[in-house]
Amino acid sequence: MSSHATTYVSFLEAEKGFKSWLTTLDHKRIGLMYMATSMIFFMIGGIFATLVRLELMFPGQTIMSAGTYNKFFTYHGAIMIFMFIIPIIPAALGNFFLPIMIGAKDVAFPRLNLASYYIFIAGASFAVLALMLKGADTGWTFYTPYSIRSGTSVVLVALGVFIMGFSGILTGLNFMTTVHKLRAPGMTFHRMPLFVWAIYATAIIQVLATPVIGITTLLLIMERVLGIGFFDPALGGDPVLFQHFFWFYSHPAVYIMILPAMGIISEVIPVFSRKHIFGYHAIAYSSLAIAFISFVVWGHHMFVSSQSDLANMLFSFLTMFVAVPTAIKVFNWTATMYKGSISLKTPMLYALSFLFMFTIGGLTGLFLAALSVDVHLHDTYFVVAHFHYVMMGGTVMGLLAGLHYWWPKMFGKMYPEIAGKISWALIFIGFNLTFLTQFFVGYLGMPRRYYDYPVQYTSWNIASTIGSWFLFAGFLLMLIYFVKSLFFGKRVAEAANPWGGKTLEWQIPSPPPMHNFAETPHVTGRPYEYGVAKL
Amino acid sequence: MIGFLLITFRLPQASTMASMVDNLFDFILWTSVISFVGIVFGKLLFLVRFRRKKVPESKTAYITGHTAMEMSVAGILLVWVMVIFYFGWVDYKKLRVAPANSLEINVIAKQWLWEFQYSDGRRLTNELVVPKGRPVKLIMTSQDVLHSFFVPNFRVKQDIIPNTYTSLWFEATQLGEHPIYCAEYCGAAHSGMLAKVKVLEPDDFEAWQVEGSLGPMAALDATANAKVSPAEMGKTLFSTKGCNACHSVDGKTGVGPTFMGVFGHQVELQDGKKVAVDENYVRESVMDPQAKVVKGFQPIMPTFKGQITDEEMSALIAYIKTLKEAVQ
Repeated sequence: MSSHATTYVSFLEAEKGFKSWLTTLDHKRIGLMYMATSMIFFMIGGIFATLVRLELMFPGQTIMSAGTYNKFFTYHGAIMIFMFIIPIIPAALGNFFLPIMIGAKDVAFPRLNLASYYIFIAGASFAVLALMLKGADTGWTFYTPYSIRSGTSVVLVALGVFIMGFSGILTGLNFMTTVHKLRAPGMTFHRMPLFVWAIYATAIIQVLATPVIGITTLLLIMERVLGIGFFDPALGGDPVLFQHFFWFYSHPAVYIMILPAMGIISEVIPVFSRKHIFGYHAIAYSSLAIAFISFVVWGHHMFVSSQSDLANMLFSFLTMFVAVPTAIKVFNWTATMYKGSISLKTPMLYALSFLFMFTIGGLTGLFLAALSVDVHLHDTYFVVAHFHYVMMGGTVMGLLAGLHYWWPKMFGKMYPEIAGKISWALIFIGFNLTFLTQFFVGYLGMPRRYYDYPVQYTSWNIASTIGSWFLFAGFLLMLIYFVKSLFFGKRVAEAANPWGGKTLEWQIPSPPPMHNFAETPHVTGRPYEYGVAKL
Repeated sequence: MIGFLLITFRLPQASTMASMVDNLFDFILWTSVISFVGIVFGKLLFLVRFRRKKVPESKTAYITGHTAMEMSVAGILLVWVMVIFYFGWVDYKKLRVAPANSLEINVIAKQWLWEFQYSDGRRLTNELVVPKGRPVKLIMTSQDVLHSFFVPNFRVKQDIIPNTYTSLWFEATQLGEHPIYCAEYCGAAHSGMLAKVKVLEPDDFEAWQVEGSLGPMAALDATANAKVSPAEMGKTLFSTKGCNACHSVDGKTGVGPTFMGVFGHQVELQDGKKVAVDENYVRESVMDPQAKVVKGFQPIMPTFKGQITDEEMSALIAYIKTLKEAVQ
């Protein structure tokens, strides 16, 4: 990669050629392959999102037919959920940094790690194949009986989801084993960086919940192919049962998506505030608490589904408890900045955006957890806005914080700071314009998944669509400067530790050597020892 | 700011439950806005007071946490969310339990229209006529996939499921028309599956029941009735019967073929045969839609047999005849 003389050989230079990447067992290279793949899917999913917003700019037909629109919002949802937001942080950044952060040379099962990647590619290929054949128009939720009767390639998409699930299960298993077995001497659980705790909690959910979506998609395939009546009333099945199965996975999956991002925020805020993290134990154990609660709240997706009133009451009650560990985290991150020395570099700007937008996402969740209010807001744009504030305002902001924070570590090159800040501003403005408006239009009653809408909703939709253009521009600029930095960026001398990080990955050269550590590190303290009391 | 704007853009409160739902909404809204502003203000204060220019990197405080503070944050929050849960549940019970004297109306949802059946045998498509000030209970089922009955102005919503009955009740407090949306994705014309609730004074409702005239004509004044041309009546029926969910009148291809400029011309069918669009073809396509499907379209239209009178059929045909070209 670089002509500059270095005293070591980085993992990027250790082996050459395309084949060396495809057959690598190095967790860092596998992480980067996941990253490249998921980022391509993020671009594709983003293009569909932009087209969906463009269609919704005005009532009636704007640029596409109803059938095409229904396919596009399905592609947007399915691609973003299954091929981008679930794998991107754990499988890409987690793969790269989890072993280094606990002082290990690799994950516990390197071959299984590579196999997981190829399983992911196999599953994704089925889904992409489906899009190229008849597509799918069921929404990413595949609700029955519509998904049984739809004339599109639902079976192939379901098969793709089924296969990709195994990739997640095996990766989770790998990470759990790695955390338990490969920690360096002195790296006790309570000395682990919080990113590791978050990935660990995520891995637990992946291993326990993902099999359920596997079973559900398999039943769906059996029903479509063999005509066995699990879910279609016409065959004697129960469509609401499908919703239970689906959300039993997909609600915990929401935390598969958000927990790793929370882990990144817990890394970035102490480093850019030069402060010890506030409430290390509270943050670490709230991740586990969230993982646990996530399994018992799925019914809040079904308050108007005909689920029993008693079940609704219990699910509403349990859902309220999610607020406690999440608010504890937000409180701790904010308190970490107190009496610090705050530097507003791009990673920190994204971390602060996370706090801002995730808090809105969390608070609007209260409206939807309250039974009577949810009856009105259910399946409207209020819900669309809420989950985009959590998923995009939360997870994607966390991802971008992590991506900028670790960019010099991964590639030994710095991203351009000014371009980074411009791109951040475009994304911040664009995101809030796109989705804040959707809370209003949702409260006013506009249902989601609407191709056409009554004229009184037009102005909100125009504003939302204009917001999506800012987002598009922001991400385009980011793509350009990241690619440019990768190929033409100068290797920076201070790249080993430009931010003054205290976790283990910052104590080795950038990019890291093939086996991470020249000699096994011995850990003697916690990872966030900033502040004068210890000097 | 969010709160202020939300308050400025209020939905009509047209049922006895609407203000109750809005009250809890407002409670969550304002408590959220206050805590959100507090959190953001705190952060901004930190960003200014503890910016790197002001505090050198080596001069930060060493604080690792504060258990009592964590506990009190958790405690206050738990109380707050339990209050929200409690009122959400109490109000929800009121939304679910229909009064014993409710007027019962059956609802059948199908791709992509609504049918309302009254106890006297009267059937309406895409229009629900109810009296003001009397509880109405809807007993709903679907003929095909999931749908969801949603009246924003009433703050009520309930999914509709094939082979199962679900129910919902409301008591309208505002006269006039209130939109009904389908809120559960149901395929190609999901967003076209629209209807309206028409709220009448109890006396007018009685009169409307006795009168016995069919759906859309009830909307018209009795005296004006005689002067309505078949084409004008057809135009009304075109939307009240839900044709417009799938068929355009301006040449745009929807879920079904457009009606602009088709009458009197030939269309190609799926088997390659051609058929002239005349009165009999239109009638057949409404009563037995799968008999001769136009090429390029799916055989998904429901039949209207028994739901359209001969007079209405003639009116619709008269309207289609007027759609020679350009926009109506």
